[in-house]
Amino acid sequence: MSDSTTPPNNTQRPQLAVDFAGLSLRNPIMPASGTFGYGEEYTPFLDLDQIGAVVTKGLSLHPKAGNPTPRIAETTGGMLNAIGLQNIGVDAFIEQKLPFLERFSTPVIVNFFGNTADEYAQVAERLDAAPGVAALEMNISCPNVKHGGIVFGTDPKAASDVVSLVRSRVKKPLIVKLTPNVTDIRVTARAVEDAGADAISLINTLTGMAVDVKTRRPRLANQIGGLSGPGIKPVAVRMTHQVVQAVQVPVIGIGGISRAVDALEFLIVGASAVQVGTANFIDPNIMAQIVADLEAFCRDEGIADINELIGSLEL
Amino acid sequence: MKNYRTIVLSNQEISPGYFRMRILAPGYDAVAQAGQFVMFRVQRSLPPLLRRPFGIFRTGFLAPDCDGMPAKEYIELVYKVVGLGTEIMQDLHEGDKIELLGPLGRGFDLGDPAQDKILVGGGIGLVPLYMLAEKLADKSKVRLLMGGRTRDDIITVTEFERLGVETYVSTEDGSLGEEGLVTQVLQRKLQKYPSARVYACGPMGMLDAVQSICATNRVALQVSLEALMACGVGACLGCVVKGAGHSEESPRYLCTCKEGPVFDAERLDWTRLQEKSECGGCH
Repeated sequence: MSDSTTPPNNTQRPQLAVDFAGLSLRNPIMPASGTFGYGEEYTPFLDLDQIGAVVTKGLSLHPKAGNPTPRIAETTGGMLNAIGLQNIGVDAFIEQKLPFLERFSTPVIVNFFGNTADEYAQVAERLDAAPGVAALEMNISCPNVKHGGIVFGTDPKAASDVVSLVRSRVKKPLIVKLTPNVTDIRVTARAVEDAGADAISLINTLTGMAVDVKTRRPRLANQIGGLSGPGIKPVAVRMTHQVVQAVQVPVIGIGGISRAVDALEFLIVGASAVQVGTANFIDPNIMAQIVADLEAFCRDEGIADINELIGSLEL
Repeated sequence: MKNYRTIVLSNQEISPGYFRMRILAPGYDAVAQAGQFVMFRVQRSLPPLLRRPFGIFRTGFLAPDCDGMPAKEYIELVYKVVGLGTEIMQDLHEGDKIELLGPLGRGFDLGDPAQDKILVGGGIGLVPLYMLAEKLADKSKVRLLMGGRTRDDIITVTEFERLGVETYVSTEDGSLGEEGLVTQVLQRKLQKYPSARVYACGPMGMLDAVQSICATNRVALQVSLEALMACGVGACLGCVVKGAGHSEESPRYLCTCKEGPVFDAERLDWTRLQEKSECGGCH
């Protein structure tokens, strides 16, 4: 009787906490690997205890130099990057960077990659043994140097094999991050789920290219780079929707999220959490803003718990 | 170092294609060092997607609008219109809302006051040298060598003169000052003042020549570099330069935004800096 006339209860704070793959996050907002350094770079601007998780730059077994410059190029609604996975290596991370992150109560998800399946396994084992690491995110968008440089994540068999191997070596939650540069992303998603992934994150960048018309050279030294930013969001929402339908494991949505409404699109199609990438470069406090705006959205819409929104897409 | 929303106080063309913008910027005067920069964003605008880095020309205070109010603290940027970002900037007016992240990076080392200083600026590269001149001019003898393609590229020189800086202008077409390159002037000045310390900012070609002149003359040099950057805080790794001793096997990349933009010349790998694409100025 009174339901239609009673205003929503504004005194109750909406619940933003999400649980998936053995992780408990205070909210579903986390950075995308490669846009947040090792976390400490952003602490002058952002309280790490306000976001759901920290996701580090991708780590390899040995330090990696990265690509020559120019490494970035702005495009309409996005940016291309070919950083080349420059990183300090897994051991230096554990020794020099992880202790700082352990001061915060926020779970640390460590992104990693390898040039061979064996390298993947070795990095993963070291991270699995490090107490401050809550979960592992495996980047399978790298060329497999032992098999002609074919990207692990574009070959369902190679993806399945490398995920199986890592799965057999680690106990911590294993998130596998998918490349969108495939014909049907559901095939890769099912392959990594069958191989033992606890969760899937998507999308990594879309490959792209830009040309300087005066010099007639590619604008990136690497010629080809990964496209990120607001322009890729519809592609990412579509793929997230497709993967949520195709697998049972939880999904983390990534791609062009710059505002709370962007995050909401991914949650509504069924993502359990989301990652904010390029937007961190533009506003170092954007994730805290998105968390605040998500809460405001829930309050305004009378949603008591954000989990009500996850997978609530009306078709 | 912080990020805030603020407003433009003024924005004027000072030479064809060159603009001077004052921005309300509380807190900068006390902390900003000569050579530091800001990441500038036109609010709610897309494009440009990314912020643009700009060297701080100076900081200062404007008289309050009415008695009893605090003075307005500002920073001044001097920029050249070279691309999408600066094309949008040139149309901003007093009161327009923008976002400012800074002050960022490592500034100049002021060195020994007893030592003479030579500042070498190429075109828009002059910008970070003004605040340096302000800090140096009280205690040291400062000479500015300012080079440009034409006289339109010679900006703000009278402001350096007001600080007591001796200025020497050169243009490639001879339309103002000596005809030729600023590096020729540097050669002569170093013969006359061999114990001077040199600071330089400008196009990569100019910096490379300045570096080789200073190395030959065994003179200490600090350079301020420009680079494409997405974040300005050391996270994106888009703005790296190769450091001295860099090799594929033991890479030594330095972040221009965080470990620079000012570097002691000997920290950089000059044989490889030229591999970078020619700097077109801050966009």
